[in-house]
Amino acid sequence: MSTPTSSPSVNLKPETLARIDEVITHYPVKRSATLPLLHLIQEDAGYISEDAILWIAQKLELQPINVLEVVTFYPMFRRAPIGRRHIKVCRTLSCALLGGYKTCENFQKEFNTTLGATSPDGEVTVDFVECLASCGTAPVVLIDETLHEKVDAARVKQISAQIRAEAAARK
Amino acid sequence: MPAPAQHRLIFQHIDEPGYSNDIDCYLRNGGYEVLKKAVTQKPEDLREEVKKSGLRGRGGAGFPCGFKWSLVDRKSGKPIYLIVNADESEPGTFKDRYIMHQDPHQLIEGTMISCFANDVKQAYIYIRGEMPEGARILEKAIAEARAKNLVGPNILGTAYSCEIFVHRGAGAYICGEETGLIESLEGKRANPRIKPPYFPAVLGLYQCPTIVNNVETLCHVKHIVQQGGAEYAKIGTPGNTGTRIFCVSGHVQRPGYYEFPAGTITMGQLLNEVCGGPLPGRTFKAVIPGGSSAKVLRFGERYKGKRKVGADMVDYDWGVEDVPMDFDSLAMIGSMGGSGGVIVMDDTVNMVEALANINAFYQHESCGQCTPCREGSLWMKKISSRMVHGDARKEDAALLKSVADQIPGRTICAFGEACSWPTQSFLIKFKDEFEAYPEAKKTLPADRLSLV
Ligand SMILES: Cc1cc2nc3c(=O)[nH]c(=O)nc-3n(C[C@H](O)[C@H](O)[C@H](O)COP(=O)(O)O)c2cc1C
Ligand code: SF4
Ligand code: FES
Repeated sequence: MSTPTSSPSVNLKPETLARIDEVITHYPVKRSATLPLLHLIQEDAGYISEDAILWIAQKLELQPINVLEVVTFYPMFRRAPIGRRHIKVCRTLSCALLGGYKTCENFQKEFNTTLGATSPDGEVTVDFVECLASCGTAPVVLIDETLHEKVDAARVKQISAQIRAEAAARK
Repeated sequence: MPAPAQHRLIFQHIDEPGYSNDIDCYLRNGGYEVLKKAVTQKPEDLREEVKKSGLRGRGGAGFPCGFKWSLVDRKSGKPIYLIVNADESEPGTFKDRYIMHQDPHQLIEGTMISCFANDVKQAYIYIRGEMPEGARILEKAIAEARAKNLVGPNILGTAYSCEIFVHRGAGAYICGEETGLIESLEGKRANPRIKPPYFPAVLGLYQCPTIVNNVETLCHVKHIVQQGGAEYAKIGTPGNTGTRIFCVSGHVQRPGYYEFPAGTITMGQLLNEVCGGPLPGRTFKAVIPGGSSAKVLRFGERYKGKRKVGADMVDYDWGVEDVPMDFDSLAMIGSMGGSGGVIVMDDTVNMVEALANINAFYQHESCGQCTPCREGSLWMKKISSRMVHGDARKEDAALLKSVADQIPGRTICAFGEACSWPTQSFLIKFKDEFEAYPEAKKTLPADRLSLV
């Protein structure tokens, strides 16, 4: 990672900046705020840019590599933008035993996309994730921040129609 | 024998109509009365009650909670931290989720009592990244408790102050391992620490003494202080006190969570009576009793030996259905009670394919520090996936087993055992199915469920 020549530019909302300053106070050691800052920036900007990494490093008085190695370790942080909605289908055993793979395939078909890719309309990205700790209501799907339970073929259709309706309403 | 009645201690209010997760509802139901009582007692007396209760940790290892607390270095002069392990990521486990989403104040009360008992001034709840809603609920609940002087400075008018902050993970299973969790909370990669020091209670967060307890464990502390340790120990069986929550998933009629006095229910009662038995027209084939890392049990196999009942040694001869669901009995038959996640597979499941699913999980989640774990989990995944999606060979069975056998005991953390036990146990118990797979595969229904 290159050393910054000028100040890294991140365009964060004022509320994000306020939350960043507040969360740093939760810890006796600034470095502990690395994950919280990455979450806040990803929620605001959609992904973690190179500048975001440099900015966090400056903010927490770390080397950029200290932030980069965290970004690459944790699956939830991404280096590039994704679709407007993130569909995360549980891949693990209890869900798979009740059709999780089919559910994932159905979402890909609904949005004409493939695993890990963003749909042509930019609306969704479909991913597999590991056990979401809701195995008793398998198969489960986390869409952005909402957990959907017992997502069979009919539920996939319903949820997809709703996502499309919300997208149309925005246009 | 009919199954015992459920005893809802921790899950008393879960899914109760009209019960909400705000502080007013909690207070209406007698909430925070135990904390009020606790702060008038001596911390060491509270610790003694927890010791007397026989409480064993509900995070997976069943480690005695009172003993863990007695290891805390109280002489160093450094601050003592408490971390709530809310990473709940062992496949098959889904109990902490309900506590945090539906009854967060029970956790906060248990946490505050445990902090007071251990002279902790700062606690963190480490919640997995995939529970953003849970994190928000906890933050709101902490703010409500702070507004009522139950968390924060000089709680309940005493000289005692303690803060709780919520810290979110970001999708890595290894953050459930307590030293990986501590590294993560320090803002680093969640690489588990080399032992010694054996216990974070001596050197943990920021090299200070640190208590790490599971969400459910800390909820039990509230009930222990409420009833007294000796009274609590009357629930369950000696050595396995209190209640135990089972999370049942997979191929049963009624999956879900069920809470019983520990050690009072057998696997057969749980699966056949409580969960309604197998799906129509199917039969049980295998069950993983304590989260996906626990060794698989095969229906039809028998476990024989001698065990202690009271002061006597008696013979036992059990089928899977007869095994009591407590830490010690499950350990005795070569598996474990772990986190209480019971995953059931019926006769439609091909065991090679089920193992390939599990192996993909462990390969994805290895932190990569130790060569046997990083490479071994990768090869176990590659071989089992190839068997399913590519060429399967008869000798793959032995190859898989030999890779698995080279991991345990050679790694920094218990993930090494966790990732090899599924392969080892599947290969021992379903060797026939693995060896027959290259042929059997040709005739398996093409439209069967994909597991990998
Ligand atoms: C690979 C691995 C994953 C673990 N995951 C969790 C977890 O998700 N939640 C948890 O409470 N404990 C987990 N543990 C156990 C913790 O390391 C620790 O023992 C536990 O949080 C202690 O709490 P307790 O004594 O209250 O059970 C895990 C252990 C290992 C080795
Ligand atoms: S055993 Fe695996 S998960 Fe644990 S420290 Fe080693 S590589 Fe990491
Ligand atoms: S296996 Fe899907 S939620 Fe646990």
